[in-house]
Amino acid sequence: MTDGLPRYPDYDVLRKRNTVSWNDPTRTAIDRRLAVDRDPHTLTEGEFATLQAICDRVVPQEQGPDLVPIAAYVDQELTLDLSLGYRYAGLPPAKEAWHRAIAALDAESVKAFDAPFVAVDAARRDTLLTRMQKGELKDPAWGDMAPDLFFKQHVLVDIVAAYYAHPTAWSRIGYGGPASPRGYVRMGFGMRDPWEAAEAHPGEEAKAARKNRNV
Amino acid sequence: MSDKILTNREPLRSGLDLEAMHRPRARNGRAPDPHVPGGWFPMREHREDEAVDFAIVGTGAGGGVLAARLAEMGFSVVAFDAGPYFRPLEDFASDETAQSQLFWTDRRVTDGENPLKLGSNNSGKAVGGSTVHYAMVALRQRPESFRSRTKQGFGADWPVDWREMWHYYAEAEEALKISGPISYPWGPSRPRYPYRQHDLNAAALTLAKGAEKLGIKWTETPLATLSAPRGKSPPCVYRGFCRVGCSTNAKQSMLVTFIPRAIKAGAEVRDLAMVGRIETDKQGLATGLHYHRDGAWRFQRARNVVVAGYAIETPRLLLNSASDRHRHGLANSSGLVGKYLMTQSNVAVWGEMDEEVRWNKGPPSLAITEHWNYDDSKDFFGGYIHMSQGPLPVEWASVHTGARGLWGKALQDEMAKYNHMVGLKMVGEMMPQERNTVTLADEEDQYGLKVARVTYSWCDNDKAMIEHSLDFMGRQLEASGARNVWRQPDDTNHLAGTARMGDNRRTSVVDTNCRSWDVPNLFVCDGSVFPTTGGVNPSLTIQALALRTADRIQALARRGEL
Ligand SMILES: Cc1cc2nc3c(=O)[nH]c(=O)nc-3n(C[C@H](O)[C@H](O)[C@H](O)COP(=O)(O)OP(=O)(O)OC[C@H]3O[C@@H](n4cnc5c(N)ncnc54)[C@H](O)[C@@H]3O)c2cc1C
Ligand code: SF4
Repeated sequence: MTDGLPRYPDYDVLRKRNTVSWNDPTRTAIDRRLAVDRDPHTLTEGEFATLQAICDRVVPQEQGPDLVPIAAYVDQELTLDLSLGYRYAGLPPAKEAWHRAIAALDAESVKAFDAPFVAVDAARRDTLLTRMQKGELKDPAWGDMAPDLFFKQHVLVDIVAAYYAHPTAWSRIGYGGPASPRGYVRMGFGMRDPWEAAEAHPGEEAKAARKNRNV
Repeated sequence: MSDKILTNREPLRSGLDLEAMHRPRARNGRAPDPHVPGGWFPMREHREDEAVDFAIVGTGAGGGVLAARLAEMGFSVVAFDAGPYFRPLEDFASDETAQSQLFWTDRRVTDGENPLKLGSNNSGKAVGGSTVHYAMVALRQRPESFRSRTKQGFGADWPVDWREMWHYYAEAEEALKISGPISYPWGPSRPRYPYRQHDLNAAALTLAKGAEKLGIKWTETPLATLSAPRGKSPPCVYRGFCRVGCSTNAKQSMLVTFIPRAIKAGAEVRDLAMVGRIETDKQGLATGLHYHRDGAWRFQRARNVVVAGYAIETPRLLLNSASDRHRHGLANSSGLVGKYLMTQSNVAVWGEMDEEVRWNKGPPSLAITEHWNYDDSKDFFGGYIHMSQGPLPVEWASVHTGARGLWGKALQDEMAKYNHMVGLKMVGEMMPQERNTVTLADEEDQYGLKVARVTYSWCDNDKAMIEHSLDFMGRQLEASGARNVWRQPDDTNHLAGTARMGDNRRTSVVDTNCRSWDVPNLFVCDGSVFPTTGGVNPSLTIQALALRTADRIQALARRGEL
């Protein structure tokens, strides 16, 4: 715990799947989420690779079996043409916005670093994304779409919401996850229900891990 | 309006391909019993070609209450809702993303200097309306709020006496078995709440501690979720998913309270029924409405029409119902339909505690202070409440991205502190301004109807109130022991205005009976009639006003004035 951040060793929210904390609709919803199709349906292979490269910087993940296929969720949302319920007047509909932004980002990358976004290193990707966030990108490929608005409304919304909707993310932050029909009982300071993640206080990692294997 | 067959949007995001979202359930003489998986109530049905006494558009806080009361008074009633008819026990997942099925996510465009975020934080689409996913905070407006112009020097007066409103507040609280404190610390005395208050979670204890340090009063929040069993509803189990729907039915939404009452009293509810246009005759009277159900446009005849679609859909429907006689939209001779849109400021401060808080447990706002609604030593008009908080992870991440622009490792490190976070969030009165509007955009939705364009800009008073609250809440949070306190200065939530009530037909859309000045058999019964929005969450006021409107309609009928 060198950075002082809470840790929940061995906590996996999916261990609760067959307990009274999950009802049938929840099991259906999460099972389908975990079974997401990992191939793109709306974006081309090339666009999808660029999107993955963006996701890697917005929510860096360690390689491994728990990796959240964020780009697949974003593509799925575009395929289903789901809307948040509003759109800023300065943005085209989501699908068109993503197509355009990916093309523009590649153009910017070629202009600045002589290579498409997927081919530049992490530091350069961060530079480009930061400039997008600040509205400093000006390539004509953006058209009338403001890069900073796109960053705020899509990069930060679509990607981040997809990640934090995933059990892997919940386990990492020690969130209890689904809770129906059983909710919680112990609500005061420092109180933990036995079906919640146990935080590893210094020197007690093994104890917390044991609790976490039995949520 | 187009005739193309429409497919219902949504399902797969939720990963729940719910039958309720594709096929109407309330039909063939029965409607879903929300308390019983697979259960049904018998339901009276009405013919389309025979005029019903009341056709009601929307079944939320306003429409749901009115449908029940009018049916109980013996009127024939059909209530339409564009959304599905859920049985929470079998339909609701315990998951933020899946439950986006509850939100109104049809196309809308927002602009202005401070464009509103719509959807999850203010617009429901279901039988029961936004109350299916509201946070259940059930408050009364301060008496002076109904006379803001005369008593406080801003906005407009309500054409309603506060004592009458307080009478109906008590009736609404009783009907919903609000759980709250025995004695409420602010305002004129009120009866004790029907059910006892809920326990406080650590997030609420933090509010209490900070309030006591600063010497202001606080209390347990009056909530529309049960603290003891009621009929087929169990007490709240402190799941904390209230804002994405209550899967246990502890929440006393319209879906589990007034809708069953309405059906029992003989009202018909039509789910997945989107009303596209109100029809008027040569005399300018409403004759019924066009609605879309089962892939086709249909027409229901009615002697009276009530619009209860909330502050965006209500003006949109009125504007979309323009005719030769009503060129600028129905009920719009004042030109005020769609104007004076109000939201409430929902800014917050957040901080970290050394101890574990686990703020997702319990309803999100278990403790409250109305201090700044009742203290008049302020340098701005209006007032606000503030409450403890408990956002779920997707929403919490959106605060970091939206208010702070965080991403990458910075975002993940902040999110890792989830179980140690606390916050205070205000619900604040924003000023009614004519320039904040709902108009029609040059764009169509999936039904072929013109979509709403929502334009919003804050005024100086709004900004002063926000600054005041951020400063005060920040001091309070620090006083409670929180570290690294930071501000979320941009959030808004509830809606109101756009069909304001008043005493003068030139400066309002509906009269004190919530009846249109222009079209005497057209009523509005939802948050759009608010002339000012007050410093408290709106639903209890909408419900109280709907109870009052029902009594007013009955009185009009008895006098032969309907
Ligand atoms: C997340 C969230 C939390 C909230 N928390 C609180 C809280 O704690 N306390 C509080 O007081 N308030 C809260 N609110 C606000 C409260 O829910 C609303 O103010 C209230 O429900 C509005 O009532 P209404 O009758 O005006 O509209 P709604 O309840 O929104 O009902 C309108 C209904 O009309 C239907 N409709 C609209 N147009 C049409 C059409 N053309 N044809 C057919 N049907 C149509 C919609 O589908 C909807 O079901 C919250 C809202 C949200 C979204
Ligand atoms: S906390 Fe209570 S009211 Fe909220 S969703 Fe859970 S059971 Fe329902």
